[in-house]
Amino acid sequence: MEAVTSSQTATVTLPTDEQILITREFAAPKHLVYRAFTEPDLVRQWWTAKRGEMKTCEIDLRVGGKWRYVMETPDGMEVGFHGEYREIEPNERIVSTEIFEGMPEGVAEEASVNTATFTEEDGRTTLEILVQHSNKQFRDMHVESGMEDGLQDALDLLEEVAVSLG
Amino acid sequence: MNDLVSQLGLAQPQVSKHLRVLREVGAVVVREDGRRRLYRLNGPALKPIHDWVKNYEQLWSERFDELDVVLEGLKQKEQGDGSSDE
Repeated sequence: MEAVTSSQTATVTLPTDEQILITREFAAPKHLVYRAFTEPDLVRQWWTAKRGEMKTCEIDLRVGGKWRYVMETPDGMEVGFHGEYREIEPNERIVSTEIFEGMPEGVAEEASVNTATFTEEDGRTTLEILVQHSNKQFRDMHVESGMEDGLQDALDLLEEVAVSLG
Repeated sequence: MNDLVSQLGLAQPQVSKHLRVLREVGAVVVREDGRRRLYRLNGPALKPIHDWVKNYEQLWSERFDELDVVLEGLKQKEQGDGSSDE
């Protein structure tokens, strides 16, 4: 099968039941993609995808350092994520944890382990973000969080998970 | 089949097993061509999975479109720095 790369679309695949893989090629060398990915002033410019205002963007880029992103949606809802850096290889690879802050009460927070890899070829950089969850339910919730009305779906699903765990 | 074996780096029995499962759920369609078996993806059967992931993919596509703009700015700045009086 021929792989088709488009510079316009992110490719999302689900390599295993617990994973999400996001891939995109950029017309820039990897040290710049790495900067745009790790410097708060730059992350602020793209992470919300124009879906809200970035209220918080904290990055303490060292092993054991914390990060936190909070976006406020136009209807005033705050959506927050935070985590910790586990491995940092400048311009090459970042391994960090990610926790969604919107879990309903009584449901344990789950951290995914995200590995971002920067690969350069002919001045273009492929960014791969591999999201590793601890189980399929959390992975599925994560995928569904991208939906516009996904939060309610996610919460419904979460309830099912909580019930099944109980 | 041989193409898949070489591309995936899996042994033929494993590939056969995966293909059998994919055939059973209708994700691939098989056609006999002499001694060869040709497999093709069955698009409509895969559509529900695609639809499910589509919205999440859209979020990242939009993020990365913005990231393109950031990178364009960084590239121009870097080129500008190269010719500056540092």
